[in-house]
Amino acid sequence: MGMTISEKILAAHAGKERVEPGEIVMVKVDVNLANELSAALAIDEFKKIKGASRIANPRSAVFVPDHFTPNKDITTAKLVQRVREFALEQNARWFEVGRAGIEHCVLPQNGIVGPGQVIIGGDSHTTTYGALGAFATGVGSTDVAVAWAIGQTWLRVPPSVKITYHGSLRPWVTGKDLILYTIGKMTVDGATYMAMEFHGEALRELAMSARFTMANMSIEAGAKNGIFHVDETTRDYLASVGHTSYTEYRSDPDARYVKEVEIDASAIEPQVAFPSLPENARPVSEAGDVEIDQVVIGTCTNGWIEDMRDAAHVLRGRKVHPRVRCIVVPGSQEVQRQMVREGLMQIFMDAECIVSTSTCGPCIGGHMGVLGDYEKCVSTTNRNFVGRMGARSAEIFLANPSVAAASAIAGRIAGPDEVVSRQPAAAAV
Amino acid sequence: MDTMRGKVWKYGPNINTDVIIPGRYCHITDPAELAKHAMADLDPDFVTKMSPGDIVVAGGNFGCGSSREVAPLSLKAAGVAAVVAPSFARIFYRNAINIGFPIFESDEAYAAIDEGDEVEIEPASGIIRDVTKGTEYRAQGFPEFLQQIIARGGLRAYAEEVIAGRQEAPAAT
Repeated sequence: MGMTISEKILAAHAGKERVEPGEIVMVKVDVNLANELSAALAIDEFKKIKGASRIANPRSAVFVPDHFTPNKDITTAKLVQRVREFALEQNARWFEVGRAGIEHCVLPQNGIVGPGQVIIGGDSHTTTYGALGAFATGVGSTDVAVAWAIGQTWLRVPPSVKITYHGSLRPWVTGKDLILYTIGKMTVDGATYMAMEFHGEALRELAMSARFTMANMSIEAGAKNGIFHVDETTRDYLASVGHTSYTEYRSDPDARYVKEVEIDASAIEPQVAFPSLPENARPVSEAGDVEIDQVVIGTCTNGWIEDMRDAAHVLRGRKVHPRVRCIVVPGSQEVQRQMVREGLMQIFMDAECIVSTSTCGPCIGGHMGVLGDYEKCVSTTNRNFVGRMGARSAEIFLANPSVAAASAIAGRIAGPDEVVSRQPAAAAV
Repeated sequence: MDTMRGKVWKYGPNINTDVIIPGRYCHITDPAELAKHAMADLDPDFVTKMSPGDIVVAGGNFGCGSSREVAPLSLKAAGVAAVVAPSFARIFYRNAINIGFPIFESDEAYAAIDEGDEVEIEPASGIIRDVTKGTEYRAQGFPEFLQQIIARGGLRAYAEEVIAGRQEAPAAT
């Protein structure tokens, strides 16, 4: 019996020939990520572990302060201070404000994550790196602390679900729409404890950014990890970020899947997930008349340069609706630099958007764009839970960057076709 | 672990970590402070109406969403004795085990137990007894490795054994 790509990576890191779904294994951790929130708790826990004083493999430990940074108040400033001191004292990798951005964009762009690795992170969207053919999963702070101490973590080998996307994509459809549609089909716990393995010819045309978006949101179906196989797009991306040494794993033809899901990608139109679960996805054409107050474009889910180009294409030469605030959040300093080079900053500012520093702020209702009572927001982020972006009564609609930009202009949920006549050619903008 | 007995507070399925402890409180690391905000966006009166030792019974996929360990920590600090649900989201599941916060998986208990019922749980056997109704359910057992962690009160003790060379690493199930 063959093995899946997830099983092969876990077996290799457990020092075993093979592993079986359901089995619990101790695996070597290649990259152990923490943001300032998960790190603060993890440091407290680490200090309580008898016999642990140094991180076993300090270069595997990566710290990215991004949730409440730039520090929103004195409490968070002190928290970040504590994490910074620990990271530097431990000789770990520390990504400071101004030289980094949001963790899930920072790690790939710095060549830290790559195929065949086991990556854990004190952030549920650590699943993002599965786009590169890694086994990447979110854990809690105690897990992070223990992996610092012993270089390993416990994982229950997940059964895999194979999801195949057939056909080619319609205009304006991106990875965001594929994953929202998939979560809608599978529900928010349809893949709980499982590995979501993405296949199909429709994915071949997807840029790395769109694959990151899909792996990022695999957790929203409850998955332990989301994973893609390495192809030319992956290899080109890895070469561009200087990640040159890696092992490619592939699922065997006779690998076992608990479920196989076939999706006709050519039938999918841009999606909007209605409040208050990501599974409430429906085509934007069926959104009805929903007036909005705020739009957020970017963050770890859709903060890549390709996302910024998509949004800028719709916003170019147009203005955000007078009633709407449109906040653009590049995923990293690197993305923002590229936006300047390409003239996208000018387009956003002329359209009367605000371009924020890279931060998780608005997505977690932390700062830099928190919602008030009964406000409605179209957001390219990953969660539309009650209270997620601010007031309990506020409502969040998840969408791709083109839909978000079109909605900002229209003042209500709108498809890009209602605003612009054609989609940009892939590399033209 | 001793037998628990408390009053039930019941909630539906897919209770996410954002409503258990909203993002605006996630920079808090002091358990006593976290306790004040448990369930803030699900049931704002929760911490005032519950008593230490009470039990939460909820629908499937409990604790979905963020990896925030402050979610089980806030419930533990507020005095919640245990959560019973048909299933738990995976990060909440491991966080609860890692910090020694009792969770029990049972479809039947969720279906039958009502809010306000008096419930007794024997952690070792996984027996969940609805004292009000006089009914009994058995929670799913934990894999052996997790039983070891639960018996030690959390993952930290396991790590200490690895460091001290008393535990094989990597260890299989």
